[in-house]
Amino acid sequence: MSTSELIGAPAPAPTRTALPGTFLASELKLVLRRRRNLGMLGVLVAAPIVIGLALRASSSSGEGDGDAPAFLGEVAGNGLFLGFSGLLLLMPFFLPLAMSVVSGDSIAGEASAGTLRYLLIVPAGRGRLLATKYASCVLFGLITTVLVVTSGMVTGAALFSAGDVTLLSGTTIGFGETLWRALLMAGYAAVLLGGLAAIGVFVSTLTEVPVAAMATVAAIPVLSQILGLIPQLSWLHPWLLTDTWSVFGDFLREPIMTEAIGRGLLTHAGYAVIFLSFAWARLTMRDITS
Amino acid sequence: MTSAIATSALTKRFGKRTAVDVIDLDVPQGSVYGFLGPNGSGKTTTIRILLGLAAASEGTVHLLGERMPDGASAVLPRVGALVDGPAFHPYLSGRDNLVRLDAADRTATPADRRRRIDAALERVGLAAAAGKNYRAYSQGMRQRLGLAASLLRPRELLVLDEPTNGLDPQGTREVRHLVSEVAAAGTTVFLSSHLLSEVDQMCTHVGIMRSGALVAQGSISTLRSALATRLRIDTRAGDDAAEVLRRFGLRNVAADSTGVTGELGGAVPEDVVEELVKSGVPVRQVIIERPGLEELFVSLTGEGFDVDE
Repeated sequence: MSTSELIGAPAPAPTRTALPGTFLASELKLVLRRRRNLGMLGVLVAAPIVIGLALRASSSSGEGDGDAPAFLGEVAGNGLFLGFSGLLLLMPFFLPLAMSVVSGDSIAGEASAGTLRYLLIVPAGRGRLLATKYASCVLFGLITTVLVVTSGMVTGAALFSAGDVTLLSGTTIGFGETLWRALLMAGYAAVLLGGLAAIGVFVSTLTEVPVAAMATVAAIPVLSQILGLIPQLSWLHPWLLTDTWSVFGDFLREPIMTEAIGRGLLTHAGYAVIFLSFAWARLTMRDITS
Repeated sequence: MTSAIATSALTKRFGKRTAVDVIDLDVPQGSVYGFLGPNGSGKTTTIRILLGLAAASEGTVHLLGERMPDGASAVLPRVGALVDGPAFHPYLSGRDNLVRLDAADRTATPADRRRRIDAALERVGLAAAAGKNYRAYSQGMRQRLGLAASLLRPRELLVLDEPTNGLDPQGTREVRHLVSEVAAAGTTVFLSSHLLSEVDQMCTHVGIMRSGALVAQGSISTLRSALATRLRIDTRAGDDAAEVLRRFGLRNVAADSTGVTGELGGAVPEDVVEELVKSGVPVRQVIIERPGLEELFVSLTGEGFDVDE
């Protein structure tokens, strides 16, 4: 006679019945429904539009600028470049800021609301919760970068001409290839944000005050970029988080220059492994007292 | 039969402070166990350890026969819990909060999720407010939503930490009804409270915490029988009455200006009264004082029921 028969409560033995993605979908929805996150997403998507309008206003007054950074000079010739410009301009600060907020909030937000204890009683499982939170951060990053590129390309095409793109190496590629390159750039940017997200989730396990976690994480890319400017620290530069954050131009060569990009993917995978391990160690050993 | 909850020498220290001091809980299956103690006596800390939220400094915990926290993933789906007050996302509706919790449970079937959530909301009387944002809920509604979360699936054990906190008298009655309903279906209920009357009314078993130690544990009737029933006679002839009571073998007889009391022991009250009247003692009132939990608590701890350090 089973235990449940003995006491008369028909509690079925736990079996794995839910689809593996159910929890992740639910967490991602939670991130995307949050008004604060939607606001940040809206601002990021609006940024290329604002840049496009500003360029349009200045180019119609005849002040083209050939030395402009981040392909801005190319945008007047081919509006699709605005998608690339958007990523490059937002990558140093605003995209990581958004990721700092989402990843810093991931565990600390649940702890401060007290919902962490209820998730663990469900039981969500500490490792599984961490993996799900991290995955939802990474997906949020991917959605953001794809939307930024899309917004830039659509705005650029609407305000300027759109056509075949002449790459930095001189080769010309068609629309399909341009879209593919844009997607690769968005994906690469998402990987960069994924490296930061791992740090963010770790910091988030350290505190019950989400704002403290967010601020700490937001400071990390800034600090890293400052260190990257100090020549005396050149030995450190290849290991800095932000060392490969500005190599988007390499996607616009034929063939794609993979050296820096590959190094970027590797270092960020390294950051992810290290900080997720720390986060796992911290979360699985911690007493949940909130 | 294994106990629903069994701890052995469970101890929790925070630095030098011992919050839970070598306790051996034994919660029989099918019981409604009242975990009683003043605020700060270690109840919530104990519950956190039982549920695997915090690690024990020493000792072991078995929940439904499984060792905790190792067996958490196997045993927690069979346990519903309300710990340290309800906690939900303020910007989600009550229903969406439950959907989210259920989605986190990999052993829950998504197919009947809606039906289970509706049933749980209905059960705690929250169906009408299910679509409202949690932040708009009153304290009582929040408490109800917490109870609903613990009832999302059929459970073998419910752990309810101060379940009537913040509820109005009507809500308190509903919780009592809910507990008895769940218990009648065979679910073991472990409920903590600092309200003696609450435990007295709902529970079959009781454990009393005092400064982190479990000072008493057992079925309520067993614990009560350990205390002497007292006979009180209101009369103006206290000394004469005391004389009669002593003749019947009552112990600790004490007379005062309004009458006399004594521990009844094996004496039959009817015989005592008859003898009093025969002896010409004018009897105004006879009271048999059965000790309640309050007296039990005081007798065990020698103290009142205040906040612990």
